[in-house]
Amino acid sequence: MVRRFAKQLFERTERVFDAAFSPAWNPFHHLGALGWYFFWIVLATGIYLYIFFDTGIINAYQSVDSITHGQWYAGGVMRSLHRYASDALVVVVFVHIAREWAKDRYRGARWFAWFTGVPVLWFIYICGISGYWLVWDRLAQYVAIETTEWLDTLGIFGEPVARNFLNGEALSDRFFTLMVFVHILVPLFMLILMWIHIQRNSHADMNPPTGLAVGTLATMTVLSLLFPALSHAPANLDTVVTSVNLDWFYLSAYPMLNVLPGRWLWAAFGGGTVVLALFPWLPRLRRPPVAEVSLPNCNGCARCVADCPFEAIEMRARTDGLVFEQEAVVDAGNCVSCGICAGACPTATPFRRAGGLVAGIDLPDFTVATLREQTLAATANLKGEARVLIYGCLQGPPIERLAGDSVGTVRLRCSGHLPPSFIDFVITRGHASGVIIAGCRPGDCHYRLGGQWARERFAATRDPRLRARVPHERFVQVWSGIAGKRELERALKQLQARLAGLGLYRRAEAAPAQTAVDNA
Amino acid sequence: MRKPLAWLGQLLAYAALMAFIGYLSAAPAYTPFDANKAQLKLSFRHSGPPKVECRRLSPEEIAKLAPNMRRSLDCPRERLPVAVQLELDGKVLYSAAIVPTGVWRDGPSNSYVTFAVAPGRHRLTARLRDSRRADGFDHERSADIVLAPEQVFVIDYRADKGGFLFN
Repeated sequence: MVRRFAKQLFERTERVFDAAFSPAWNPFHHLGALGWYFFWIVLATGIYLYIFFDTGIINAYQSVDSITHGQWYAGGVMRSLHRYASDALVVVVFVHIAREWAKDRYRGARWFAWFTGVPVLWFIYICGISGYWLVWDRLAQYVAIETTEWLDTLGIFGEPVARNFLNGEALSDRFFTLMVFVHILVPLFMLILMWIHIQRNSHADMNPPTGLAVGTLATMTVLSLLFPALSHAPANLDTVVTSVNLDWFYLSAYPMLNVLPGRWLWAAFGGGTVVLALFPWLPRLRRPPVAEVSLPNCNGCARCVADCPFEAIEMRARTDGLVFEQEAVVDAGNCVSCGICAGACPTATPFRRAGGLVAGIDLPDFTVATLREQTLAATANLKGEARVLIYGCLQGPPIERLAGDSVGTVRLRCSGHLPPSFIDFVITRGHASGVIIAGCRPGDCHYRLGGQWARERFAATRDPRLRARVPHERFVQVWSGIAGKRELERALKQLQARLAGLGLYRRAEAAPAQTAVDNA
Repeated sequence: MRKPLAWLGQLLAYAALMAFIGYLSAAPAYTPFDANKAQLKLSFRHSGPPKVECRRLSPEEIAKLAPNMRRSLDCPRERLPVAVQLELDGKVLYSAAIVPTGVWRDGPSNSYVTFAVAPGRHRLTARLRDSRRADGFDHERSADIVLAPEQVFVIDYRADKGGFLFN
């Protein structure tokens, strides 16, 4: 219930952003890539700041002050960018988590990215908090004392760490060296984790599109110039910190330490992390059977490998003695049963007659043969000149209610599940006068790349290609997502109006430009 | 060609992001401590005596030990808690028996507690027991102190420096 609401909220918000940014630049479609982008900004600005930073009780504050004011146009901007990009990283990471959860893209075979992403949160916070420490101003004093007092509640240190901050005499320069070490080393570990996080995704989105990258960097730079990050007064351990301008993205837990015992907070964050990491199994996704390879029908073309969004297929040496060099092998642990591999297979064509319709790679519970049967059943009783068959992916706009005398519907796992030859088959064999494919919004495919591959196949820029003989005025693509019912209805109405004058396909027809409708 | 309305939408989105991040990165201000108070900080690291005194082993007991492990004294590692009491203007502010650290309770007793108190003149007394006696204290220091608002006043105990240190 909550998730359905959250999903609708994301869907509607993203449609607004689609209109403003275009689907290609929509920041919601590139949250992971934006995370990487902000990480690189933080890293680059951090390297610059490190050149001028000086460790030590007095030197730290003075060097940061010199960076901020002495070279406001460079170091000052770098410092502000360092802070604001770190804050933006927190924002995109939490929206990323919420979105993946709302859209149910973290369970089943997709557990890996979720599970490995959770520890990254701790690394982000360790980096951020240790960074505030280094300035050694009043905020740093507050953060240092609260953090060490909080750490001491764990009871794992031989001597209270907070004793290092009893007064100015107790504080050592070496502590700053340690913190610099932490602040540099932790991001390196974080980078390794981020790399692991994307390992099971092929064509992982690590770079936002240029327009979005320029826009966000410009935003952060303007913010840095308008409201530069400044230090508080220098730390003074002889007086208590009474007021601080907290960075709430990183330090929002600290006020809780004033009202809750530190151990409770550790339990809450530790327990919360464990529960969050276990989300993919709460509850476990009922996984449909994974894709299977039919070796007698597999010629080792590797198109399925190229199209699988989850690194679930690899090519290995042939084992059945056929003349081909390689065969496809499915890694059941990675397969999400989206059917994109079947859509890519050159043998998955409804025109096949010899030996029955068995694809080289296929979903056992939803074979290409079944798809052919459903196609024939959905079109068998259609009437009139404007007969339309709608193929809709499970995450696309609702199609079943549109079924009627002249409209048939077939549900796919993913738009990439449909071999383009089916559109050719339906139209040129006269099973329907026209075809609509309805799927997720561009950039928001539930299975990452299915929609993109489908569009490229239909545009004949990716194998298997839609044949040129298919009259494209009879074929409409609607990429409007689950909330795009109106766009689909409008497209159906327009297509039927066009088909009313055309009737069923005749061989002499030319193939004019294709019509595509999406929410852009 | 993108419509002007779309560009305006982007501008608004970036402005919203800028306002959101710009504001929450340093506001609203937080007040962790009342500016009209001073802070007393009691912190020390000090070991209590062994819980049980060393006992001389009998020749039979020594003989039972492995040749390389033979010793004349048996000294259990566990230590007693260190008792501490803080009195401000004749009223007990804090009293605790601080258990030793370590899995075997054989480490020093660590204390780190803070108190918000009214600024001004006060009579402060700190007491500590690190012996096997059941009550009373082995070490004590009293002083008249004047606390300014926001001041941190540290009470430490260092046996090597003669007892309680008031800073």
